Amino acid sequence: MNDARAAIRVDLQLIADMVPAGSRVLDVGCGEGALLRYLSDFKQVDARGIELSMAGVNEGVSQGLSVIQGDADTDLDDYPAGAFDYAVLSQTLQATRQPHRVVENLVRIGRHAILSVPNFGFWQVRWRLMTRGRMPQTETLPYLWYDTPNIHLCTIKDFLALCRDLRVEVERAVPLDRNGNALDWSASGPFANLLAAQALFVLRQG
Amino acid sequence: MATGPKVPGPQQPAGTGLISKPKNPVNPTLSAISPAPNQADVPLPGHRVELGADTQLRLDCGAALGPFPMAYCTYGELNADRSNAILVCHALTGDQYVAETHPITGKPGWWELIVGPGLPLDTDRFFIICANVLGGCLGTVGPKEIDPESGEPYGLGFPVITIGDMVRAQAMLLDHLGIDQLFCVIGGSMGAMQVLEWASRYKDRVFAAVPIAGAARHTAQNIAFHEVGRQAIMADPDWHGGDYMTHGVMPRRGLGVARMTAHITYLSEAALHRKFGRNLQNRDMLSFGFDADFQVESYLRHQGSTFVDRFDANAYLYITRAMDYFDMAAEHGGSLPVAFEGTKTRFCIISFSSDWLFPTSENRAVVQALNAVAANVSFVEVESDQGHDAFLLDEPEFIRVLKGFINGCAEHRGLGR
Repeated sequence: MNDARAAIRVDLQLIADMVPAGSRVLDVGCGEGALLRYLSDFKQVDARGIELSMAGVNEGVSQGLSVIQGDADTDLDDYPAGAFDYAVLSQTLQATRQPHRVVENLVRIGRHAILSVPNFGFWQVRWRLMTRGRMPQTETLPYLWYDTPNIHLCTIKDFLALCRDLRVEVERAVPLDRNGNALDWSASGPFANLLAAQALFVLRQG
Repeated sequence: MATGPKVPGPQQPAGTGLISKPKNPVNPTLSAISPAPNQADVPLPGHRVELGADTQLRLDCGAALGPFPMAYCTYGELNADRSNAILVCHALTGDQYVAETHPITGKPGWWELIVGPGLPLDTDRFFIICANVLGGCLGTVGPKEIDPESGEPYGLGFPVITIGDMVRAQAMLLDHLGIDQLFCVIGGSMGAMQVLEWASRYKDRVFAAVPIAGAARHTAQNIAFHEVGRQAIMADPDWHGGDYMTHGVMPRRGLGVARMTAHITYLSEAALHRKFGRNLQNRDMLSFGFDADFQVESYLRHQGSTFVDRFDANAYLYITRAMDYFDMAAEHGGSLPVAFEGTKTRFCIISFSSDWLFPTSENRAVVQALNAVAANVSFVEVESDQGHDAFLLDEPEFIRVLKGFINGCAEHRGLGR
């Protein structure tokens, strides 16, 4: 059990700490279910997952987790409004076909939505594009431009603007470093969009 | 996939399935089948109870049934809390001999890969029940049984039954056994239909439900294949309008052809190709005749001819009809989610990628309906080239996933992991 606790990624730990014990959570893009396992083992959460890759789904179900094979773009429409206390989408929004629809669905399904996104406004990204004139590759965005699942990249400012357009309320915005550790600034402030490699948002329907 | 004599064959409790070739090197033909033990003459191991003596079973067609016999087998021990019972629902041509030698064919039980000590349905921990389905032909009331009113076999006088009737009959069996809530209901194909019906009809009596390679309705294509089978039976002069038993015959050719057709639907083209290709049967060249030149022909003829030894033709008509009539959405005002409203059952839906009879899309429709009511559901599509019958075969990923799901549920039910 302690191993599971130790093994969870820093950014997932941050998400887990935001979820009250005993709540209902849907983790969209749950991978092999590390967050689900943690929430279910340590916080008595009714945890469900959606995962695109069959290998991830099989691994999750084999561990006794509730996971379905599915796609954030198409399968969130099925869920009723308010079905979960928290809908989580970690590091996946940039890989969806219609990020705005996904955000709308997350705040509809969950009373709260927790999203983390890589920040394309991060100084390293800007620096590489400016100095090399090539599509940047960073630790958070490691792929070559022609072979990447990340088809809808945005900056923290872009994401906050989308939330305004969708009339989605941002309850919390936490800038993160490249390892997923929380930084001390406000994500909407002047430094975050330049200095944070990624950011975590808690949203709800406005 | 692993092959071997221990592996049950597609859609039957025998080991003569996809993975093992007919043992008889000669070409069995449907018109020249060696005499075989008739189902009626063989003593049936297991239990048999009389149900519906006090309160009859009210069938969907309006008729009432009872008292009627139901035959079933059990494995493992019911615990003191009566909380560890698993009901296995068998498929169209399956039966209650899940994990023991079949009394007629002498072949291993049809799910010995799944049910047994240390297996996903662990008989050291769980109490496994499997009953011959209503309308069946191995001890539970069906068209082959004697109608107490006439003293003759029911034949076509047997009322048309539905999946819902089958499930309500099973519920009567559980009442008889004193089991309020099942830890799990599980089954493949028609068994999956029963699982869904259980979960919908008896929400408080099902802790976990595992419909495998199933659907919430029979599609037009499913119905079409069944109709071909039924027409083959009814076109056999030995069928005698369903009265063959009083004539002392069996529509063996018709039932054999029905089985051959159905058997093709249980396999995939890839599996047939891998197993048989265009290989010739016991010959080096084409015969320029209508003998079984090809191995696949010989195999199908063998499937047809062995099937008639253990299955009743009228039962085949009735049970295929029950599947055709199954449409859960239609029974709930056209909305499948309504069938599952308020469910607390933990579901695990499993499909197989090469199954074109109960394809992933039909299974996913069930998942979507369950999501619409925020049910606790897992869904896995297992990569396999073995077609619909994959659920009966050695598919390690399927077995691993199933074991994980069952163990996870057992933990939640307080049965340990």
